[in-house]
Amino acid sequence: MKSCLIVDDSKVIRKVARRILEDLSFATDEAADGRDALEHCRQTMPDVILLDWNMPVMSGMEFLSVLRAEQNGKRPVVVFCTTENDMAHIRAAIDAGADEYIMKPFDRDVIEAKLAQVGAL
Amino acid sequence: MTPPDAGFDALASLLRVRAGIELTRAKLYLVESRLGPMARARGFVSASAFLEQLARDGIGDVLATDLVEAMLNNETFFFRDIQPFDMLQQRILPQLREARAASRRIRIWCAASSTGQEPYSVAMLFAEDRSRWDGWTIDIVGTDISRRAIARARSGLYSQFEVQRGLSVHRLMAHFEKAGEHWALSPAIRAMVRFQPINLLGPWALGAPFDVILCRNVLMYLAQDSKQDILARIHRNLSPDGRLVLGAAETVLGVSDAFVPDRQNRGLYLPVSGFQPPAFARAG
Repeated sequence: MKSCLIVDDSKVIRKVARRILEDLSFATDEAADGRDALEHCRQTMPDVILLDWNMPVMSGMEFLSVLRAEQNGKRPVVVFCTTENDMAHIRAAIDAGADEYIMKPFDRDVIEAKLAQVGAL
Repeated sequence: MTPPDAGFDALASLLRVRAGIELTRAKLYLVESRLGPMARARGFVSASAFLEQLARDGIGDVLATDLVEAMLNNETFFFRDIQPFDMLQQRILPQLREARAASRRIRIWCAASSTGQEPYSVAMLFAEDRSRWDGWTIDIVGTDISRRAIARARSGLYSQFEVQRGLSVHRLMAHFEKAGEHWALSPAIRAMVRFQPINLLGPWALGAPFDVILCRNVLMYLAQDSKQDILARIHRNLSPDGRLVLGAAETVLGVSDAFVPDRQNRGLYLPVSGFQPPAFARAG
């Protein structure tokens, strides 16, 4: 079973994403900001990270740059999932090492399609 | 609410005659969901009340067109079902590159292109392999019975929801720009596709034979004689070495002798040499 870390400061978004991902046969964990997510990754690197952009303590972009700089061995698939929906943000995310990009609001079809795009299903 | 028989029968007859679609009572739920907004905009409380009055007073040509368009299934998305596009990219287009090396011209018809995502996806395949197709004339035609869908396809504007269905973020970055709340397809991709309204049941004026025809998720809604007629005419509009692509839930088996399935590729059909269309097949 593949694992997915859901990183979002909204409890509601994490709950919705969790239901969808578990329905897609992922084992899920949650983190409420980038720092929580980094600690999680340093202990157990997930296969996939669903990552919000704007979060307190450490943003999604800050998290991603640290993750890509320090990862050794396992390279998780990172899918941004954010309300930022302009090309500048999308390009910045991909340049920073994101594999896919979901613009909120999302539904099951979008998450499934995007994970399929990057071979994460 | 169930439409009274007369209203439902009038609508079913309209769909059968104008679009070849068989509306059975098992699909009653579609009537309310698809015609409800149109009915309420005209002051009716429901689609059934609207249809009841139409059955009494008659349906004019303009309203008939609107009713048929509202009942159509315009479901589509970029690179839908991906497998046909992989097949195009990996097998069909390389074969055509060799077979058309002299003319350097390829014609592709998306026979029910709805709001344009399918022909634009095909155009992206060529654009992403630009150096190989340099100097070639690629003619991609998208047709649909719905003039509203054709107008949207020509606009090249898609919602956030639509660009997230089937498009990778890399293709979004390569071929789109944000335009207010919408995403605008690049002029280069738009210029590769031309659209025209065509009812598959009526006459077609499409010019030279095509090398590939995609007719996906259309035949499944049509009556048997309409399927046979359309397949016979697709055969006539396809090069002898051309390829027909149908939807995953569709087949020619038991419907028409004009094509045989390709053994290696699901959904791909080869024209039968010497096929004689049935006597009732119309011109076009």
